Amino acid sequence: MQFLPMRLLPIDIAGLAVLFWLALGLLGLLASARPAFINRMLFPLSAAGSLVLAATGIAAMDDAATVMILPLGLPDLPFHLRLDALSGFFLFLLGAAGVGVSLYSAGYFRDTAGPTLGLLCLEYHVFIASMAVVMLADDAYLFMVAWETMALSSYFLVTTEHDQPQIRHAGFLYLLIAHVGAVAILLAFGVLQGGHGDYSFAALRAAHLTPGWASAAFVLALVGFGAKAGILPVHVWLPEAHPAAPSPVSALMSGVMLKTAIYGFVRVVFDLVHQLQWQWGVVVLIVATLTTLFGVLFALMQHDLKRLLAYHSVENIGIILIGLGLALIYAGSNHPVLAALAMIAGLYHTLNHAVFKGLLFLGAGSILHATGERDLGEMGGLARSMPYTAFFFLVGALSISALPPLNGFVSEWLTFQAALLSPALANGILRSLIPFAAAALALAGALTGMCFVKVYGVAFLGAPRSAHGLHAHDAGFWEKLGMGWLAALCVALGLAPVWLVERLEYVTERMVGARLGAQALKGGWLWLAPVAAERASYSPVIFLLVIAAVVTLTFLAVRRIYHGRLRLADPWDCGFPLLDARMQDTPAGFSQPIRHIFAPVYEMERHLPAATDPDPYFSLEIRDRFWRWLYRPVAAAAEFSARQVGRLQQGRIAVYLLYSFVTLLFVLLFVR
Amino acid sequence: MISAAWFDQIISLLAAILLLISFAMLSQRRILSLIELFAWQGAVLSASTAIVAYSANLHHLYYSAAITFALKVVALPWLLHRLIRRLNVRWDVETMINIPSTMLIGLALVVFAFNLAQPISQLATGAARHTIGIATATVLLSFLMMITRRKAVPQVIGFLAMENGLFFAATSATHGMPMVVELGIALDVLVGTFIFGIFFFQIRETFDSLDIRHMEKLKER
Repeated sequence: MQFLPMRLLPIDIAGLAVLFWLALGLLGLLASARPAFINRMLFPLSAAGSLVLAATGIAAMDDAATVMILPLGLPDLPFHLRLDALSGFFLFLLGAAGVGVSLYSAGYFRDTAGPTLGLLCLEYHVFIASMAVVMLADDAYLFMVAWETMALSSYFLVTTEHDQPQIRHAGFLYLLIAHVGAVAILLAFGVLQGGHGDYSFAALRAAHLTPGWASAAFVLALVGFGAKAGILPVHVWLPEAHPAAPSPVSALMSGVMLKTAIYGFVRVVFDLVHQLQWQWGVVVLIVATLTTLFGVLFALMQHDLKRLLAYHSVENIGIILIGLGLALIYAGSNHPVLAALAMIAGLYHTLNHAVFKGLLFLGAGSILHATGERDLGEMGGLARSMPYTAFFFLVGALSISALPPLNGFVSEWLTFQAALLSPALANGILRSLIPFAAAALALAGALTGMCFVKVYGVAFLGAPRSAHGLHAHDAGFWEKLGMGWLAALCVALGLAPVWLVERLEYVTERMVGARLGAQALKGGWLWLAPVAAERASYSPVIFLLVIAAVVTLTFLAVRRIYHGRLRLADPWDCGFPLLDARMQDTPAGFSQPIRHIFAPVYEMERHLPAATDPDPYFSLEIRDRFWRWLYRPVAAAAEFSARQVGRLQQGRIAVYLLYSFVTLLFVLLFVR
Repeated sequence: MISAAWFDQIISLLAAILLLISFAMLSQRRILSLIELFAWQGAVLSASTAIVAYSANLHHLYYSAAITFALKVVALPWLLHRLIRRLNVRWDVETMINIPSTMLIGLALVVFAFNLAQPISQLATGAARHTIGIATATVLLSFLMMITRRKAVPQVIGFLAMENGLFFAATSATHGMPMVVELGIALDVLVGTFIFGIFFFQIRETFDSLDIRHMEKLKER
């Protein structure tokens, strides 16, 4: 047996990265007394590990799949690992986002006390290591073990500040929904093995299911992975858990952990079930469209920055699933090339969301660190005191708003291209349904833009609304490095889409059995043409050049024409003598038109001051209707049935003995 | 030489006595007599085990009979007597249901037990034909005694009597369990009695009485 192979395969490097992270975590726990060592040494090393993993993942995408059997696990039930194009892509995602978040963490936790930091370091590394194992697992057993490790470690990360009751509450909600989802996933694997009792993915792939059972597996997978990803109506944990967690953790959870659910969904539905039916795609598409609209509409109403970002995660998961739903529809109706395009769109957006949402959460973390505020209504004018954070946040905001030439545009554009190819379908209902999803996507894109105009305008522009904003300090070196890395990725992924799409073709080749059409990608690295150059093509580099040219020309023109006539004056104050920060638009005021138009969506509690009020105040609370529609009834039903069962407890020994006696008689009578 | 049929007759007789003692225990109001009856039950059990050992020529059953005698005729009754003296509780036994009704329920249980044992009895030979029904009936009757008694000491006696029924089923029908198992059970019974004794003192300490009705307030809400 050869312990050290001469040439390290990608899967070996990935396994070593996982071990390296676990070692770093343990080291962090041991070094609790030396927080400086954890911050300056362990987190940067962890970022190096992430970088290696990202490189390994992207390099493994065009190789054949490699497998590995670990000498771990139960007797006769060893753990299987497998690294193929899909795993490679998601490892790249984990690594790429992990580099930024780990670098950022090196600076962000500088004020955290030693014991807390040591524990946090352990949980953080267990968390990223378990996510990597989820992506590498090649049997249901290891997958579930890693999945649960991921849920538990992230639970402890969310409840880092567990002395606050609302954070404990958020953690409980997260854990509850995570476990409901895990049960559904477990059942999905149970259905998939089809009575053979072999849970390795190779066996699950080979098992032949009847269409009914395959659909059951699909529904269970959708519910299970949907609970982790945050689809409607199991999204409620996101806006609670993300604000509760420390910001780098929020960035990891929203950026990467939600993507493990996307990975699991693709792996189970496209790879393991693989007898795709177009009806499943319709289900996914409807849920995804509703999730998208719901997420963005509620994001607009938030004034807590991290809650707002959490609702945008809900929205973006919807966008990703629109792509995957389209892929299911096309694949189920025998259009594998179109399915490949839709899937590439979905996966591209998965990566983009990881990058820009990670960046935005890190930016929110820097604001929180500098001002102690999460409430937008207390921010303002931060661009002056935090120029770097403001710049990086702007890049993230432009990306999430899908503006060219940044990365968000590419994937949303690809999704549109996939949706606009629906006339190829034979089914008339589908042909007319898919444009609705596309329209919803367009609406969501516009609303996202509006939402980030609000966020950026309120937080960074204008005058400070509170004393905190005046004395805010900019992010430190490591934080800038982390955010800079993610911002650079936003730009790179926006400028070089062809490079990534070519790699994603290896994934679709395995998952839906096709690459993009023969006419696609003929324009070289400059032009992205997903179907054919005549139909539609996009060149971000030219876009960038045009934008740069227009800006330069305008600048030069202004300089030339107005040069020397520049004068500084106070802004126009409508004749009112005193301008102060309270006269600026508020977050609630900015989004009021949308609240008005979409009033039926929200459950509002509003207090408007009357003209005669001696002490006028305005308050507005927006609640999620699903609490009333779904969660309260379920909780009430659970409590009711628990009370009914509780009646068994009489407190009299004779009655308890009678229970046993009757049971004994019953068993003797009927089970002989 | 005494014939095998004769042994079967004796074992059937002992089984009948066992059942009779069970009924006597069910109807007994006085706690000291209850302990006496329990000791008698142990003696009968020991005798039947010894006879099975002699007739089937199984040596380990002699040990088993000796342990039964030492434990159930000597040790446990002595322990219980001591307990009652120490606790100073020689009250009459109170029942939840009156004695005649309890007896009627007991009769129904015996019919049920024999019905239940019928399919097994038809397969069995010799004495085992009757003994399985009687052993089951003894278990059920002891269980009934546990349910209908209000005080803690009779409940423990009911529990111990239940074990007697099981032991009788094991020895008479299948010629006993392996020695290790029997030793284990014997030890369990002994330790159980000790623990019950400790609990009695604790209960009396807490409630000033051994009436288990006082424990009803321990339930939630």
